[in-house]
Amino acid sequence: MKYLDEFRDPVIAKQILSEIKNTVTKPWVIMEVCGGQTHTIIKNGIDQILPKEIELVHGPGCPVCVTPLEIIDKAMAIASLPNVIFTSFGDMLRVPGSNKDLFQIKSEGGDIRIVYSPLESLKIARNNPDKEVVFFAVGFETTAPGNAMAIHQAQREGLSNFSELVSHVLVPPAMTALLSSPKNRVQAYLAAGHVCVIMGWQEYEPIAKKYKVQIIPTGFESIDVLEGILLAVKQLEKGKHVVENQYLRAVLRDGNRPAQDLISKIYEVVNRKWRGIGEIPQSGLKIRNEYSNYDAEIKFNVGDIITQESDKCIAGIVLQGLKKPYECPAFGKECTPMNPLGATMVSSEGACAAYYRYQRIKNDEKSLKDLRE
Amino acid sequence: MCLGIPGKVEEIFDENGLKMGNINYAGTLNKACLEYVPEIKVGQYTIVHAGFGISIIDEDEAMKSYEAWEELVEFAAKDGVDLYGNPLEEIKSLDK
Ligand code: SF4
Repeated sequence: MKYLDEFRDPVIAKQILSEIKNTVTKPWVIMEVCGGQTHTIIKNGIDQILPKEIELVHGPGCPVCVTPLEIIDKAMAIASLPNVIFTSFGDMLRVPGSNKDLFQIKSEGGDIRIVYSPLESLKIARNNPDKEVVFFAVGFETTAPGNAMAIHQAQREGLSNFSELVSHVLVPPAMTALLSSPKNRVQAYLAAGHVCVIMGWQEYEPIAKKYKVQIIPTGFESIDVLEGILLAVKQLEKGKHVVENQYLRAVLRDGNRPAQDLISKIYEVVNRKWRGIGEIPQSGLKIRNEYSNYDAEIKFNVGDIITQESDKCIAGIVLQGLKKPYECPAFGKECTPMNPLGATMVSSEGACAAYYRYQRIKNDEKSLKDLRE
Repeated sequence: MCLGIPGKVEEIFDENGLKMGNINYAGTLNKACLEYVPEIKVGQYTIVHAGFGISIIDEDEAMKSYEAWEELVEFAAKDGVDLYGNPLEEIKSLDK
């Protein structure tokens, strides 16, 4: 495993870090958009080894965290119906709804099954022609291609007992919404690498120009994140605002065209609510009318749902980079990963969960901290 | 949910009219759909996301990515779940 050793070698990290130190002269606020990047930063203490001029704030890039409460409640209503097999990625099962989560519905007898791919849901539908099989289609541009393929394939096969409960969100409109807020402090973004693998980075160019912000498509490994920060700082110091790709090994400017084509064939762009943040214009996907047979919201007509969010949770503010998780009064007390009040405490991509996990072990962790000296 | 994992394509086959592959992730074999990387060949590496290959990458880069991946797997295991938040207990019972 020569590569792993090579990568763990802190020499590269040290080089990048000293280059950052030599470049920075003024304070800058950089937001990493993707929850995977947040995780890497907290785990490796990257926020602590950076020069004090650089502040990292954590963005809304955790699909589990931003799926609106109404949809979680609808998922539970559908999953409780007799004759329904409800399928989902596992991390949605622990997300708190108004008063339960999907795990509780399962323990009460709901037929809920975890799948790794929406195509597994199709297989369940094929094998259970007398049941209705619903897939919980959530996530960013990264999961949309697979979820689009499932509907495309269901139609090709004439499977009428398959549908999706869709709550897809799109990253660039959320980045724009944060920039247009009067409270905005973000001067540069590390854009989510895998979202860019699908969508490319063309769509960031007008945003960078309009808001005079730096956008760096960045991977989620520690070296990627450090390199992304270096690229951002170099440009910020020069007063430049362009898109510069850090994640060269996987991201092309045009992204993955076949994936984009199928996404727009099956889904259309709509306004979408983000949990804790509110409605963001043109920030989500819904199933096009031509495919409404596959839309679980229409099929099951679960009606209006009255939701009840925990009044203690400030996840919305955390997701906008305005507060850190430890500033929440419930953090680590009423709210822990085993008993989450908010969705940001659920998934490994959520900022609250990352802080909770690593705050406690940081002191005995050498990692990159030693490099600071 | 947003994490892509690099893997090596060991075999390509058709399933219900879709281009599929057996992908080797550092020793674990799993199936993925390759419709979005139509030009991929056996022996090449792809980033797989929720069961779909989304990008072809070269071998060196794939190897480097395992480090970050292993860290996340460890992290999740402490909470009793796998990389995607699926409870490990549940997965065991599914295997039976
Ligand atoms: S610590 Fe818990 S209650 Fe506080 S913001 Fe995070 S998820 Fe919400």
